[in-house]
Amino acid sequence: MRHTIAVLVKDYPGVLAKVASLFTRRGFNIESLAVGHTEETGISRMTIVVEGDERVLEQITKQLNKLIDVIKVRDIQPQNSVERELALIKVNCNSLPVRSEVIQTVDIFRAKIIDVNNQIMTIETTGTEDKVNALIELLRPFGLKEVVRTGKIALSRGSKYISTLKNQAE
Amino acid sequence: MRMSGSKIVIECLKKEEVRVIFGVPGGAIMPLYDALYSEPSIRHILTRHEQGAAHAADGYARATGRVGVCMATSGPGATNLVTGLANAYLDSVPLVAFTGQVPTNLIGTDAFQEVYISGITSSVTKNNYVVRRIEDLAKIIKEAFYIAKTGRPGPVLVDLPKDIQVAETNFEYPKKLSMATYNPTHSGHIKQIKMAAQSIEKAKRPVILGGGGVIISNASSELKNLAFKTHTPVTTTLMGLGSFPETHPLSLGMLGMHGTPCANYAISVADLIIALGVRFDDRVTGKLSEFASQAEVIHIDIDPAEIGKNIRVDIPIVGDVKRVLRKLNEIVEQRENVEWLETIEDWKRKYPLTYDNNEELKPQFIIEKVYEITQGKAVIVTDVGQHQMWAAQYYQYNEPRTFISSGGLGTMGYGFPAAIGAKIGCPEKKVICISGDGSFQMNLQELATAIGNNLNIIVIIMNNSYLGMVRQWQELFFDKRYAETTLKGNPDFVRLVEAYGGTAFRINKKQELYPVLEKALSLNKFVLIDCLVPEEENVFPMVSPGSSISEMIGVD
Repeated sequence: MRHTIAVLVKDYPGVLAKVASLFTRRGFNIESLAVGHTEETGISRMTIVVEGDERVLEQITKQLNKLIDVIKVRDIQPQNSVERELALIKVNCNSLPVRSEVIQTVDIFRAKIIDVNNQIMTIETTGTEDKVNALIELLRPFGLKEVVRTGKIALSRGSKYISTLKNQAE
Repeated sequence: MRMSGSKIVIECLKKEEVRVIFGVPGGAIMPLYDALYSEPSIRHILTRHEQGAAHAADGYARATGRVGVCMATSGPGATNLVTGLANAYLDSVPLVAFTGQVPTNLIGTDAFQEVYISGITSSVTKNNYVVRRIEDLAKIIKEAFYIAKTGRPGPVLVDLPKDIQVAETNFEYPKKLSMATYNPTHSGHIKQIKMAAQSIEKAKRPVILGGGGVIISNASSELKNLAFKTHTPVTTTLMGLGSFPETHPLSLGMLGMHGTPCANYAISVADLIIALGVRFDDRVTGKLSEFASQAEVIHIDIDPAEIGKNIRVDIPIVGDVKRVLRKLNEIVEQRENVEWLETIEDWKRKYPLTYDNNEELKPQFIIEKVYEITQGKAVIVTDVGQHQMWAAQYYQYNEPRTFISSGGLGTMGYGFPAAIGAKIGCPEKKVICISGDGSFQMNLQELATAIGNNLNIIVIIMNNSYLGMVRQWQELFFDKRYAETTLKGNPDFVRLVEAYGGTAFRINKKQELYPVLEKALSLNKFVLIDCLVPEEENVFPMVSPGSSISEMIGVD
């Protein structure tokens, strides 16, 4: 089973390495990892997707909580959250028919063309992981040149939020 | 007051009441050593290898309950500490290690003696720091000591770039720490404690399993109160030896791979396990699916990550063992366990720990005599291997902090430097290091430290000319193919000690033992006794790896 966990950490040098090496050492596999600043200066948020059963999730959570630089760890339930991933895709469009087909596909997915010349088109898309996967698969036959993905980020729905303050009510 | 980074470190150490540091100087930590040179209140013990310094600080911490401090230079000095840190990490020993580092402007350039020790040690320390700004120094040291000794203790490393050691700032030791991200739970959940009490009251075959956590939280008397009030038998892990008096009828001795049959049988049929400060290591549990398979499990530990990690727990209680037990002892009803204790007495009678006590100088016999002559009052520090298990089996530990051994990491070479640390921490106590010819040679350079500082430690080497425990496994599981376990070229340990200016004896006969021990104890100085023991003696009982602990080799 896949889990999405949000990890709030102090924004110090070396913290990302500590978190990542903990996963490796304990034998947990990271499927994707996205890191960025939060609303609070000095606090970063990692969104980590891992594979494992409930026991694995429990151990990951507990071990992460033991790291001094980790402020909070939360399991994000897919049914109660919104999740997005951003991808940039370079695809071949060296003939007119190909180009128009690519443009149609991009339209269907409500993606954006952000750069184009007579050889290559660069497409930006955001959405769930499944949507991004589907778009990439549809573009593949035209000749994918380069794909870059951010990894998933997620927030719980509604008025619930994860405070950057330790132990604050949510 | 304005002062240099080095002076700030010294002042912080004084505030933390550090009395002794174990270490070896070198280029990148010279400013700190220079500041230490003019500080009379802190004693520095120069070991001959940084690993010795880390183990000595560890032995000091375990013997005294205080934070051990060690120090080394950058690069090789720092990497030499790593085994010692890992050892302390696995046995939850409070340690603060200071390492020198190349100046901040050279970090990342592969400068002379530069390694990224923070990265190297991140998986074997509770936390570590690279001090990048002199203004942060005092706060970091305060945090380091606080983290090392609170919650589940462990080693913390502070890396000090050379320019930080010489830079100056105003020194003020923070009075309070606000660490929002570190806040161990000390008192257990009262509802859970009540549930535990109810389970204890209705269990028919309860067993207390005491671990290193009982000793760390100084909870021996609380453990005794619980056992006495509820007439519950107690077994301990290797790390828990001494937490409950082994001479008491309720004691089952140690459990696990080389545990007593009585302890292993009791755990196997128990209907309730009260686990205190343990982590259910594979050497304790054997085959997990058959460990305590009939039992309800109460697990009290300060580290939530240990609860449910290896075995299923019915009543988890996160908290300090001492505090939780105090509460539990208040509410639990007094009870008897007549039938269950009879069964246990039966096992004890039928399956005592035995060995073939013939005319030879047997290692088990040596341990028994050491116990006899010291009346169980010595601090026994061991290395790792067969001698360690015999020391665990045949000496009766009645007080906490009298058995010091590398449990989780199983570090050969730990014992001798740890004995040095223990002796420095407890000069009034008799410290005896039980080692093997293999283990001792992994840190024998510390002979200079022990003899040079006039430490009256007795080292007993169980010399069988083998890496004995590995040889035993080869005999049992590898068709006696003794691959690289014969220690050809062992030195003459007596002459070796004499070369360092110490006293040593060699014995190979049973009747020589007692007089030599008497003499060694009376000399009040460093003495090594090289005991030539039978080469192929085995440690029994033994549970083969992966088997259930109720299936023991060497029990009829």
